[in-house]
Amino acid sequence: MSEGRSPILELQGITKSFGGVEALRGVDFALYPGEIHGLVGENGAGKSTLMKIIAGVHSEFSGRFLIDGQETHFRSARDAHAAGIAMVHQELSVAPDLTVAENVFLGNQPTNALGVVQWRRMAREAGEQLARLGLDVDPMSRLGDLSIGLQQLIEIARVLFSGARIVILDEPTSALSPPEVERLFATLRRLREEGTAIVFISHFIEDILRVSDTVTVFRNGRKVAETASAATSKGALIEAMIGRGGEALEHSYTEDLMLPQPSGNSVILKVDQLSLARSLKDVSFEARAGEVLGIYGFMGCGQQELSRILFGKLKPDAGTLFVEGQPKTFASTAAARRAGVALVPESRRDMLFHQEPVYKNISISILDRISSLLLKPAQERDIAQRQVEQLQIRPPVVGLDLGMLSGGNQQKVALAKWLTYPPKLLVLCEPTRGMDVGAKNDVINIVRDLRTKGLAVIVLSTEPETVLSLADRILVLKRGALVREFRNEPVSKDRLLEAA
Amino acid sequence: MSSETALATGRRPRGLAPFLRSQMRNIAPFLTLIFLSGFFAFASPSFATLDNLGNILTQVSVTGIIAVGLTFVILCAEIDLSIASIANVTGIAVAYFTLQESYVNIANIPLPGAVAIILSILLCALLGLVNALGLTVIGIPSFIMTLAMMQIAAGISALLVRGQIAYKVPSLITTLGSGSIGGIPWIVIVAAIMLLGGHLVLTYTRFGRYVYMVGGNREAAEYAGLNVKLILGAVMVISAVCSGIGGMLGVAHFGSAQQNEFDTYLLDSIAAVVVGGTSLFGGRGGIGNTIVGLFVLGVLNNGLDHVNIDSFLKILIRGLILLAALVINVYAQRLREKAAE
Repeated sequence: MSEGRSPILELQGITKSFGGVEALRGVDFALYPGEIHGLVGENGAGKSTLMKIIAGVHSEFSGRFLIDGQETHFRSARDAHAAGIAMVHQELSVAPDLTVAENVFLGNQPTNALGVVQWRRMAREAGEQLARLGLDVDPMSRLGDLSIGLQQLIEIARVLFSGARIVILDEPTSALSPPEVERLFATLRRLREEGTAIVFISHFIEDILRVSDTVTVFRNGRKVAETASAATSKGALIEAMIGRGGEALEHSYTEDLMLPQPSGNSVILKVDQLSLARSLKDVSFEARAGEVLGIYGFMGCGQQELSRILFGKLKPDAGTLFVEGQPKTFASTAAARRAGVALVPESRRDMLFHQEPVYKNISISILDRISSLLLKPAQERDIAQRQVEQLQIRPPVVGLDLGMLSGGNQQKVALAKWLTYPPKLLVLCEPTRGMDVGAKNDVINIVRDLRTKGLAVIVLSTEPETVLSLADRILVLKRGALVREFRNEPVSKDRLLEAA
Repeated sequence: MSSETALATGRRPRGLAPFLRSQMRNIAPFLTLIFLSGFFAFASPSFATLDNLGNILTQVSVTGIIAVGLTFVILCAEIDLSIASIANVTGIAVAYFTLQESYVNIANIPLPGAVAIILSILLCALLGLVNALGLTVIGIPSFIMTLAMMQIAAGISALLVRGQIAYKVPSLITTLGSGSIGGIPWIVIVAAIMLLGGHLVLTYTRFGRYVYMVGGNREAAEYAGLNVKLILGAVMVISAVCSGIGGMLGVAHFGSAQQNEFDTYLLDSIAAVVVGGTSLFGGRGGIGNTIVGLFVLGVLNNGLDHVNIDSFLKILIRGLILLAALVINVYAQRLREKAAE
């Protein structure tokens, strides 16, 4: 579809390195008006780096950068914005305490001659824009009161309707439910008709194939393939992404998978009628020793809150937890830890000490076991060294600051701190999110190993693949309520999505 | 994150420059100290003498004792603005519980010296506990909570002495505050012991590690299963008790107990900790930094006296030095974060 037209954006021979390591090597990239261009690649393949160059975030690189055929150099994101380039980053960046309308117009509210904000006009225009996305939201409601998926859509709306000619979306669908994804895609198609050029980055290859016209595949900082979406398939793209027999490594989970007989082991955790404000309604379930219980649901379905309650960080409004039959109300996370519960939350930033060495990150949760008053650094290092070797954390240097490790290895460190003195119940939130295939498999093996050791493991995820690859039994959480249990029966991605 | 790719190899950035950058918060205060000492030694022949070193040590002792506890608080990324008030009220309390001369017009309650000391320490611990509960149980930011406590402690002080001045304190306090042994003032020895104790606790105990971890990333500390509130509460109590001890010895040192006696110690103590390089964002620094900070302040205060400068200008100069330290403190944090990328 791009024949005979000139690209709105053209990059030639882009090379970018961080501290001597090349993140991009001689990448060519062209984007045409009225095109949706999908980008796929494993983490660290270079797609985000390339997009940040386009959006002006990284201003130092080598290679040619042309807009409308003119050589350009952005010094900042502001320059890129002025040139009509807008990007939605993976992490939500909204102002939850402002209204929906204010968020849509963040930074350029309509004002009258005196500089007073024209609220009525702003509300009306925001409402119109959101309606185009199929969103029926009161523009004057507080953004923070909406679901995460809606918040994300509103952030996307802000960028889509900012008048940008080039829109970059980084993982826009991860927090969205299927109907929300449909609405987003319909809007993207409409903008394409109007001539906007859109770059769409996603781990969900099905989404890419459905909405994009062209797909580019990155691997190790190089562009390894560029093809029309209609002419390729998920398998082919995965193969290009990982460069080896893809299907075998990453199960696609479209086929039915048989869940095993539920185990008759002792019940480690019993949750009875748990409720929390707007997040959870009468949630009851059990987790048994030697079993991996998967809890699947869309973003914002109450998983996060549930995991926080299990670890004593949030207090439920109603309901009881029983650990090995004993009713528990955790006054703090320390109390939960002493009761044998461990949590690995989804955000690496929240759960690790980036400025501290690896061994302190590993020993932090077991310090009271190895020292009553005085620290024993040698013993801490020994324990950490053992975990680092067992989990194959790279580089295997326990004295290194954690911030120097890659994301996948940091995730392993987060797990490692619970493994020397294993808890009775391990709660994992999104244990494989944002990991490459190799690291994913490592984590899957670690979890399976823990199961054989008799731990009860609960895996909460918004990615069906994660739950399917790990769980023996699967619960589906929908808007704070458990709606379906899969046990001893066939399950697949489709069935899970349908239930949620 | 740009760090992802650079660090896949997992090597520390090598070379002198990145090392210096990451150590800036420790190096800058030290250079400041050397520079100031050199300057005053050059400008005034009476500055660089052994006698004057003794003066400086004595002058920073009360600040040093108070700053020990404050270091714990700032390492946790909190602040305690009630230190000077608590020092004041504790010093007044210990005098209040001591028999005064007949001309002192205070309706006090004379008690045996040991009891007076214990009651005074309990008082400051109690005030620290109120700070702790406000911060952790109710959730008032420490900045506001201790601001209220500053006023409360000042109020108790006022009620106890009602504008009068008390002079007598228990003999143990008198000795520690104004006596000396072998030519070394006891107050310097107490300050040194407390600084050393603080350093040992922070460096070699489990509690000390928890303080650094809570300051480094509070969320992560909670997810690691630490009782963050307990640790924060403990540092507020430690801070109040250190202030109280500083206040009692200070009263003995000055020879009187009265209202608003310690007002300058709030700024001095905070300045000592921050000028020394302990991060206002928590998790970085320690007693070693505080000691350097104390010397910077001590040398500055003392040196300005030696060079015969307008005493009103001194206040301005101290303010500027503190501002410079804050700039370096924030800047050092940024450089460190960059070095870690």
